[in-house]
Amino acid sequence: MAKKLMKGNEAIGEAAICAGAKNYFAYPITPQSEVAEYLCWRLPEVGGVFVQAESEVAVGNMLFGAAASGKRVFTTSSSPGISLMQEAISYMAGAHLPVVLINIMRGGPGLGGILPAQSDYFQATKGGGHGDYRVIVLAPSSVQEAVDLMILAFDLADKYRIPVMVIGDGMIGQMMESVEFPGKYREENNPDDYDWALTGAKNRPARITKSLFLDPQKLEDNSFALAEKAKKIKAVEVRYELYKVTEKNRILIAAYGTMARICQTAIDELETEGISVGLFRPITLFPFPEKEIYTEAAKKNIEAVLTIEMSVGQMVEDIERCVLGKKPVAFFGRTGGIVPSPNEVKDKIREILKKKK
Amino acid sequence: MLSDTTTIFKRPEALSDNITHYCPGCTHGVIHRLVAESIDELGLRERAVGVAPVGCSVLIYNYFNCDFLEAPHGRAPALATGFKRVRPDMIVFTYQGDGDLASIGMGEIVHAANRGEKFTVIFVNNAIYGMTGGQMAPTTMPGQRTTTSPMGRDVNLAGYPIRMAELLSTLRTPAFIARAAVHTPMHIVSAKKVIKKAFRLQKENKCFSLVEVLSTCPTNWGIAPFAATQWVASDMKPYYPLGIYKDPEREEA
Repeated sequence: MAKKLMKGNEAIGEAAICAGAKNYFAYPITPQSEVAEYLCWRLPEVGGVFVQAESEVAVGNMLFGAAASGKRVFTTSSSPGISLMQEAISYMAGAHLPVVLINIMRGGPGLGGILPAQSDYFQATKGGGHGDYRVIVLAPSSVQEAVDLMILAFDLADKYRIPVMVIGDGMIGQMMESVEFPGKYREENNPDDYDWALTGAKNRPARITKSLFLDPQKLEDNSFALAEKAKKIKAVEVRYELYKVTEKNRILIAAYGTMARICQTAIDELETEGISVGLFRPITLFPFPEKEIYTEAAKKNIEAVLTIEMSVGQMVEDIERCVLGKKPVAFFGRTGGIVPSPNEVKDKIREILKKKK
Repeated sequence: MLSDTTTIFKRPEALSDNITHYCPGCTHGVIHRLVAESIDELGLRERAVGVAPVGCSVLIYNYFNCDFLEAPHGRAPALATGFKRVRPDMIVFTYQGDGDLASIGMGEIVHAANRGEKFTVIFVNNAIYGMTGGQMAPTTMPGQRTTTSPMGRDVNLAGYPIRMAELLSTLRTPAFIARAAVHTPMHIVSAKKVIKKAFRLQKENKCFSLVEVLSTCPTNWGIAPFAATQWVASDMKPYYPLGIYKDPEREEA
């Protein structure tokens, strides 16, 4: 299929249709409102459903109801909106329902701002809502990757019956890049293929979709089942990318999403100055590439790991956790909608190397 | 002529044969039965999906013989919207108490009604929070004692009870909205008529439908079951008048 120049938010909407997801519930919020503005006319063209809800609380619960049908359902929102959906995310996780949520992150906490940030890392990867559960978290660093990961997100949600969150930042949503969609669009799922979907109690006992277990043993069983699911996901779904990782690297940068691309520019420029830096880019933030980052950081040539984020420091806690004290872990971050420039990244690296001398 | 073996009364197919957990004198059981009979008589059981609320009827899915979803506090209309929009061929109903629908879930019910979502709401109003132990509800009567209004509901602080049927009837979107009660056999018969009509209108894909049902809570009202039915008649009914508030068939006529 020919490449198309598309805004990230619109490409995300088209990618969902491409994945056979035609049921979209949303509430407008900057910087991702273009997804709803795109899908409000695009979905009817393909026989899909779009409901503009009265709030993000309602969106989350519309997804909950719709997901129980066995069809592919999704929403897009931004940080404060995702906070309001956490109630439903916890319930959907507890009820083992597949759903895809896209968080085009903006600065917080609170109303924060409308510019790009990565400060929802904790919320996305460590729970967000109440109870013992995890969601799969995917972090694209380009519009093309956002398209590819959207399609993967629906497959993973289906495979594990779990909420999957794609987290980009305002930059991914707002920038235009050329993208390519798969030539063949998926058909919608057939709810009759699932033994859990609510399709009407005809020729079978009634089915219940719930997260309520008043019997403590049953609730514990469900929590352990969720933990077991997370363990399986950790074993096989880790994804990451290395950029210019060689035996000559003195510093290993850990960064994800848009920030990783800015770091690539910094790495390219430092290379011309004779400073060798590699990049470790997690694509799945949960499951986190725990062993992989350890292996790369532990290599003899690496003097320090530098985590760079558009936050005051969130993923850095996972990096520290995984590097196990093997190497020093440094951090540099800007937030509030300020995106660190390649120059700032380079300065931070020079500072670390200077201290090493 | 009836023979010795003619069945004249049996459990509706839409009800399972579990024993309910409701307190003696509570009318949830009666309302469950009216819903189940309506579903059976309209032949809807095999494509019915109920949405359970939070509150006393949280376990309703154990008593019905159809597919069910369990919603968070107040959000049943949002779940019903999501499900019904992607499966318009199914029959969807929510069953909600007054704390669930008129308090925490006020936003969801108003907007679902206003969008004209084509599902049915059974709204059980017993003027108190039952499951959590008898706290004040938005529907608690002026002067009514509850655990959070021990001196009686003070309308200067808490406002007057919210009349949901009237409130929702102000919306312009076509809908069927009625209020019924189940404190006497006569009222039960009338309640059945409007509940069945609410489901029939959904079956015909006509409109959003909601039936508010005045119900009893002897345990949390702190009175005996029979006195509770009398209290519905003496105190609730005058403030919450029964009748059909909005009817698309009447409006069309």
